[in-house]
Amino acid sequence: MKRRHFIKKSLLSSAATLIGGNIIYSASMPDNYTPLVFQDPDPYKLFGKDPEMTILNNKPWNIEAKAHLLNDNVTPNKSMFVRNNGLIPQDIDVSKWTITFDGESVVSSKTYTLQDLKTKFKHYTYQLTLECGGNGRSEFNPPAKGNQWTIGAVSCAEWTGVRLKDVLEDVGIKNNAVYIGYHGADIHLSKDPTKEAISRGVPMYKAYQEETLLAFKMNGEDIPLTHGYPLRLVAGGWPASTSGKWIKGISVRDKIHDGAKMKAPSYTVPCNTVSPGDKVKEENMCIIESMPVKSLITYPKTGAMINEGESLNIKGHAWAGELAVKSMAYSIDFGATWNTCVLNKPINRLAWQHFNATIKFPKKGYYEVWAKATDENGVSQPMIVPGWNPKGYLNNACHRIAVKVK
Amino acid sequence: MNSNDFKQTVKAIYIKLVLFFALLVFVAIMLIIKITNPSFLNTQKEEVEVNQYVSTDGIDPNEIKNGIHLPTGFKEGDGLFEVVISCTPCHSAKLVTQNRATKEGWSSIIKWMQETQNLWDLGENESIIVNYLATHYAPENKGRRENLKDIDWYDLK
Repeated sequence: MKRRHFIKKSLLSSAATLIGGNIIYSASMPDNYTPLVFQDPDPYKLFGKDPEMTILNNKPWNIEAKAHLLNDNVTPNKSMFVRNNGLIPQDIDVSKWTITFDGESVVSSKTYTLQDLKTKFKHYTYQLTLECGGNGRSEFNPPAKGNQWTIGAVSCAEWTGVRLKDVLEDVGIKNNAVYIGYHGADIHLSKDPTKEAISRGVPMYKAYQEETLLAFKMNGEDIPLTHGYPLRLVAGGWPASTSGKWIKGISVRDKIHDGAKMKAPSYTVPCNTVSPGDKVKEENMCIIESMPVKSLITYPKTGAMINEGESLNIKGHAWAGELAVKSMAYSIDFGATWNTCVLNKPINRLAWQHFNATIKFPKKGYYEVWAKATDENGVSQPMIVPGWNPKGYLNNACHRIAVKVK
Repeated sequence: MNSNDFKQTVKAIYIKLVLFFALLVFVAIMLIIKITNPSFLNTQKEEVEVNQYVSTDGIDPNEIKNGIHLPTGFKEGDGLFEVVISCTPCHSAKLVTQNRATKEGWSSIIKWMQETQNLWDLGENESIIVNYLATHYAPENKGRRENLKDIDWYDLK
């Protein structure tokens, strides 16, 4: 008997023993479902992640960074968050990898090999901010369901690939095109081969942006498996779920794409604001596009103790979805007064910007250093958790670290 | 055409018809079995099962310590095993234990999984599961912003 089947049987029978009877509905559980009762001991090695990363979920894999792990200007793989909706595809044969363009709005469907993409089209490299739409979900009250991201579901790596627009132009797109939808090779959690784990997309104007890539390299190397090897869509500044991984196909649609997780409540917020805990009808939910202005203090790590009279250097990054960040401020008195940080320009559009400041504290005690970014339209981060929404998206509340002056 | 030829032709047609109807009946039976048991004739099963990160070494599937079911991390309580067998086939227990909701909230999550994620009918187990979750994973009022907690203080050099 296979070990897994033995475990399943023994678990079910011991469960039955414990509750003193048969498990009534275990019979209706499909055969190929095995309860996952044992968890992998070392995903850090598996994915090459920093041991300080937090595992939120191991089936599917969802792993987030802590603020101080994101101090690099360009996020390395070891501190890049993992957000998977399904199971990672196995046994990828790059020599046979193809991407097919189809849908109502292609002139005719067209398939490229990975090699075609790499040789036919010009390569571009951009640093692009990818933030999970649900980053910060853990702070919503009442709580929102899903992975309880705190602050670490954001990254800004350097992506290399071809422009999606160059490929779309080569395919030939009709005038009635509205949206693209991607199709990945990941497997639905139920293992139903007819279901896609996730199939989202972006409107044509985002698909045609110069920075929207079909990428095959991350930080100058092959994309790590868990981040979409060998081909990933990268749509910087938008919920990272629009940057599909393990891309096998792009459908060019004559309507808003209707793939898996395009429908409310996934990646949607109430079109009009609601009070906390309200029920919102599907038709009153709107798809998230650009992510809001936000920032992180990545140095020092929270909990720093310094001596009276010493100054503290802080560093971090700020980003604002489709927009640039105009200014950056910090406060050590819970927002009563704000001071300006030095803020760099982005290396390219949709890349996060770096800031720093030197802080002097007036006397001994417990402090919190709060950081607040303002985008080019003058919109700033709120200090409290912003508007409640059913799935807990778009929490861009100010980040803060704890500091003690001894 | 003589009567012998005619007889033979009729016989041949008769045999073909019998075979045809036998085939029809066979296909119908297979279809019925397939409909009532979707995994019948499923050849992909072994292949997709490979993708599981399951380690069984040295863990007792029933071990409970300090009120925690060690293999999953679920809290000990009435309904624990219904939850383990119903929730962990598709996703990790961590997806459950990191969430908080009322009875109504947990029910709506189950409904969403049934509508979109292939979760099966939980039957009488559903109320056991919802009661367990709403008891052990109930929401707390966090206000608009919590204090920083679990701060690991260190001397910054």
